[in-house]
Amino acid sequence: MVEPVNPRLRFRQRSVIPGFGLTLGYTLTCLGLVVLLPLATLVVKASGLGFSGIWDVATDPRVASALRVSFGVSLLAALTASVFGGIVAWVLTRYDFPGRKLADAVVDLPFALPTAVAGIALASLYAPNGLVGAQLAKIGIEAAYTPAGIFIAMVFIGLPFAVRTVQPLIAEIDKEVEEASAILGASRITTLLRVVLPPLIPAVLTGFALAFARGVGEYGSIIFIAGNLPYVSEIAPLLIVIKLSEFDYAGASAIAVIMLGISFVTLLAINLIQAWSRRRFGYV
Amino acid sequence: MATCLASTGGAHAQTEILNVSYDPTRELYREINAAFAEEWKAKTGETVTVRAAHGGSGAQARTVIDGIPADVVTLGIPSDIDAIAKLSKKIPGDWRTKLPNEGLPYTSTVVFLVRKGNPKAVKDWDDLAKPDVKVITPNPKTSAGGRWNFLAAWGYAYERDGKDKEKANAFVGQLYKNVPVLDTGARGSTVTFAQRGLGDVLPTWENEAFLVLEEFGKDKFDIVVPPTSIYAEPPVALVDANVDKKGTRKQAEAYLQFLYSDRAQAIFAKHHYRPIKREAAKPEDLAQLPEIKLFKIEDLQGSWDDIQKANFDNGGLFDQLSRAGR
Amino acid sequence: MSEALTQGSGAGVRDETQRSPASVVTERRVVRWLLIAVALTFLALFLVLPLLTVFAQALAKGWGAYLAAFSEPDARAAIRLTLLVAAIAVPFNLVFGVAASWAIAKFEFRGKNLLVTLIDLPFSVSPVVSGLIYVLVFGSRGLFGPFLVEHDIQIIFAVPGIVLATIFVTFPFVARQLIPLMQEQGTAEEEAALTLGASGWHAFWTVTLPNIRWGLLYSVLLCNARAMGEFGAVSVVSGHIRGLTNTLPLHVEILYNEYNFVAAFAVASLLAGLALVTLAVKSVLEWRYADDIAAGARRH
Repeated sequence: MVEPVNPRLRFRQRSVIPGFGLTLGYTLTCLGLVVLLPLATLVVKASGLGFSGIWDVATDPRVASALRVSFGVSLLAALTASVFGGIVAWVLTRYDFPGRKLADAVVDLPFALPTAVAGIALASLYAPNGLVGAQLAKIGIEAAYTPAGIFIAMVFIGLPFAVRTVQPLIAEIDKEVEEASAILGASRITTLLRVVLPPLIPAVLTGFALAFARGVGEYGSIIFIAGNLPYVSEIAPLLIVIKLSEFDYAGASAIAVIMLGISFVTLLAINLIQAWSRRRFGYV
Repeated sequence: MATCLASTGGAHAQTEILNVSYDPTRELYREINAAFAEEWKAKTGETVTVRAAHGGSGAQARTVIDGIPADVVTLGIPSDIDAIAKLSKKIPGDWRTKLPNEGLPYTSTVVFLVRKGNPKAVKDWDDLAKPDVKVITPNPKTSAGGRWNFLAAWGYAYERDGKDKEKANAFVGQLYKNVPVLDTGARGSTVTFAQRGLGDVLPTWENEAFLVLEEFGKDKFDIVVPPTSIYAEPPVALVDANVDKKGTRKQAEAYLQFLYSDRAQAIFAKHHYRPIKREAAKPEDLAQLPEIKLFKIEDLQGSWDDIQKANFDNGGLFDQLSRAGR
Repeated sequence: MSEALTQGSGAGVRDETQRSPASVVTERRVVRWLLIAVALTFLALFLVLPLLTVFAQALAKGWGAYLAAFSEPDARAAIRLTLLVAAIAVPFNLVFGVAASWAIAKFEFRGKNLLVTLIDLPFSVSPVVSGLIYVLVFGSRGLFGPFLVEHDIQIIFAVPGIVLATIFVTFPFVARQLIPLMQEQGTAEEEAALTLGASGWHAFWTVTLPNIRWGLLYSVLLCNARAMGEFGAVSVVSGHIRGLTNTLPLHVEILYNEYNFVAAFAVASLLAGLALVTLAVKSVLEWRYADDIAAGARRH
């Protein structure tokens, strides 16, 4: 087994390993053609509107409302996914029970299941005449075709992120610290809150941010279950599609750029969380 | 990299033409396309395959503008073909003069689909604006059917209230407050209403209402025919620029002409569209199409340019209403 | 299926469960079972039930109706197209991912963090935006539109556009997995091979590749699942031409919109089956080769 060596120390000088030019050149070419050029085209297209034009689009009541729905519901869904995802991660890591491995494998389902399939399945399950929807209807909750439907789809999409970022850290927790805490007289709940939880916070935040980013952009699973009513349950990605159908390319691009900006900020936030975590706890 | 992946046109051994159409015509054109291929084979010996693409009418027009190699477009409302002509120049601006009956091989109208026994006693457009009635209709921004529903409601109120535009606008606003779900296409709305069980009434294409009865069973839904409704015009046109490039003008023109033939007219009637040559259709099919007093929206609002701009463009009536109604 | 999932070999990677019952480092029994119940109920409601729904609806009218969905020429065309798209997009991203992680993991250069962030970007871009950007580049009225029209090249609303959009949304999958893995493995083994006179290629094939093979397989698996299942991005660039540009997920939507719910769920069940196979293989890989899949994988 090779000892991991911090490459920063080793490669101050030229490396003996070949292929730098080839692989980096290829990487940059692919990145440029597949990712950067199309994204740049989008930015150029939107900048044709000027900053004030983009601002006008963003503050148009219908667009603002769609952005609010996408963001608001996504925040709520990411929060839910983080709380329950945290419980799921804890249970899967710390407890033994029949079917644990199956449950563990199932967590990744949203990664593997196509969003359209998830969309029609969730819609038929949570519709007023669906298996779960009928029960919810009895207690007066309309799930499908309301913002609650968007919420359900976003929780589905975000859950694995919330679980998988926290799970490895729970596995790493040093039990001796917990023991020490208990021996020193702390109650279990105090130990959990004061000793176990703090080091998990960066991972929870990262999982939250990832689930949030995925939720904001999600389209396939949501359109089947959302209801798509302007000002109520219309999400920003759908509004892009609608703007395209109205031949409003500039408007579509403007919303897209706004969402892109948000993606950037979210990615940045994740990086900052990880940098902070590295300083504070010594790991990512 | 893009170029090495690209497929060039005309690589197919047999002739293929592409009909880009709107949402509810899936079943219709499956039969029409097969009939045309058969007839063309008999006449010329050439095998022609007609491909079809379906979606919300506006979304479909957008794909043509962005370069889908459509030979013909058969859309839900004239303004969508106008948009192609205006934004891409692939269709000449005077397309409505190129084919008989202003490019309309058939027409249609809007009727109501209600749950069996009509529990909310929906009889006329008035009832759709009543507070306890939930209406399912597609988004008029993206769906032609959605636009016809919108215009039909408007036209009804306009005639009822002594041609008062303000009152008509207010009535439509009232009606759209009763809409819990706006799907992007007519099909989405039908699925929401029929399969998901949402809403009390689905104003929809006449052909779509009949199709639901056939697909879901007559024991679940009733069709309610309002005393007046709109003369809905789903037009067809040749995409000149594309057929010339692909060398399919002959087949595409023949396909459009075929839509006016007796055989195609009978198929339209069979699928509950209103053929322009009634004599070509089977009497029992015609008998199913109810008598309704139909009005033409152009007579009330002027040119299609004006209709589109006043109602559905950014800041138009629909935007104002949904802003006010939220 | 479920057997494969539960029986996997070896102990779980995080088997922390062996401790004395009265241990101070766990919760009371009641709390434990309560939390387990909460977690499992949550998983059942949000993940398992939707999955079961797909199969239940697909078989609602029996096997005959189920199988009929796959004899449709349009369904077969969709299956072929989906396989074709994945067969191009996945190898593309495989080669890209290996090259990128080689450059990033084995060398030190300025701007590396920026590069990694840019590679990551497609993860957080909305699928709809991913489709839109290719319309803006290759559409008739887009950046290269006039050129493409003049030379009669069809990108969007044809296979190339669908492939490009798919490559975009799966772009980070392989690179993201391999970069930390290669970083952890360092360069000593390759250097030794090179010192012994091996060529660069030889060192890659005989030293690097065996070290990363399970991680590579793992990432290709996930990349493939996403490539075959992508909906939003492909939907924007596909044009929905029946039998020509409809992938399986789009075909599901079409059938769904044609009131053909059994067929829609039947085709969906094919994709769900693919997802299950993916999960099963993935779980087995994780149980057996946890350390070879992800460096630090478990991030340490």
